[in-house]
Amino acid sequence: MGEHTVTSFDDELNEIDRLIRDMGDLAGAMVAAATRSLIETDAPLAQRVISDDAVMDARQRELDERAITLIAKRQPMAQDLRSVVGAIRMAADLERIGDLAKNIAKRVNAVGEGATPRKLSHSIEAMAQMVMEQVALVISAYEARNAEGLITLRADDENIDIQYTAVFRELLTYMMEDPRNITGCTHLLFCAKNLERIGDHVTNIAENAYYIATGRQLPLHRPKHDETSVQG
Amino acid sequence: MHMPAEKIVAQSDLYSMESPTVRTPDENPRPVRVSARNVNVFYGTKQALFDVSIDVPEKAVTAFIGPSGCGKSTFLRCLNRMNDTIEGCRVTGAIALDGSDIYDQALDVVELRARVGMVFQKPNPFPKSIYENVSYGPRIHGLARSRAELDAIVEASLQKAGLWNEVKDRLSEPGTGLSGGQQQRLCIARAIAVSPEVILMDEPCSALDPIATARIEELIDELKQNYTIVIVTHSMQQAARVSQRTAFFHLGILVEEGPTDLIFTSPGEKRTQDYITGRFG
Repeated sequence: MGEHTVTSFDDELNEIDRLIRDMGDLAGAMVAAATRSLIETDAPLAQRVISDDAVMDARQRELDERAITLIAKRQPMAQDLRSVVGAIRMAADLERIGDLAKNIAKRVNAVGEGATPRKLSHSIEAMAQMVMEQVALVISAYEARNAEGLITLRADDENIDIQYTAVFRELLTYMMEDPRNITGCTHLLFCAKNLERIGDHVTNIAENAYYIATGRQLPLHRPKHDETSVQG
Repeated sequence: MHMPAEKIVAQSDLYSMESPTVRTPDENPRPVRVSARNVNVFYGTKQALFDVSIDVPEKAVTAFIGPSGCGKSTFLRCLNRMNDTIEGCRVTGAIALDGSDIYDQALDVVELRARVGMVFQKPNPFPKSIYENVSYGPRIHGLARSRAELDAIVEASLQKAGLWNEVKDRLSEPGTGLSGGQQQRLCIARAIAVSPEVILMDEPCSALDPIATARIEELIDELKQNYTIVIVTHSMQQAARVSQRTAFFHLGILVEEGPTDLIFTSPGEKRTQDYITGRFG
């Protein structure tokens, strides 16, 4: 894409892109740390995730201010307009990812007390790994304006949903095996749900990024497989 | 999102003709009031427009945008044969108003310009009273049989132009004594007075302040209920605000035309995109 006649316009757009990248990096790091703190019952690490959330909120506010100032000053058109409006939306999703990571971290103490079998966390760990990859990939696909990659990413959320269903069933089995597992497993189940929600926010980001890159909206419906509602 | 191709083809030959123009039809296309096919304009040996073909829908605002010298004003002036007045200017191709050729030898140009009115960049009221500015056209075209009828036309025109309340007590004062924005609305009233079908506006707000501009834009919005409006503007925001369709010209070529909403959010042509986002080299 060529440069604007007014070069400071480019600087301002790049700055908004940089903030999205920063927020994306932070979101990925928060999900990673939250999961590790959960699996290793690492309370100080969990605390750091909780304080990182404040940084995330501040970044989002900064991005919003910059985006609104840019709209007022430049009255952007076409892909510039899409970039700015899309960035505002993506920042909101990234901020929510931060909140959900914080929610996971907040449960660390509760899970620790419940003496949950360690083997339980393996499937959650695998799920967290998938989610982290999705977060990292969506930001790089956005930066590269890689429309094809974004379509794939959106479709790949399916795998997270499938993994979530698997975790759900597994935890249910442990709870039935031994009622003393119920407290710990319930907390883990909430964590799994949070990870699944993070995947949904990645999907939203992919949709916005696709619109920014192409000017077209992806079709509304994507096949969904949440089987947890019919199991039990 | 868009209208099915077969329906468009049934409506217009534009989408099947060979043309460099990227076109997107409206979802619900309006009847065509002015249609141009393969219009070329030459100033002496210099060619200013190349094979421009477009349909202008009725009771809607069509905006022509593009950098200076792109041919948008030249094309606008073809629509009421204003280019006839320019020495050495030659127009080829076909332009039809309601299906009849406006370059027909038998056509009365004065009559044509009453049907296709024009408002210019700089307000240009006659050096006469406000009343006479508006009544002149209807009088020479014999549109009023009595003074009372003429009064009624003057009032109605000034009303439609949103100027009546400001000037009704001083109709005999010179039009040139009004403010810039009022003068421009007076010129619009003057154009409306002869009951045109089409109103051409050549950068009608470029000499006005933001408040006067807003009033003209508001007026354009009202006028489109009854008239077909074509506006040339250098302000992208103005084109985005007032028009339903936008045509982008560059170096004498109609590069792209389509629904305004689409042109300003996701244009189909790179040149359009570069121009509207301020990336032109």
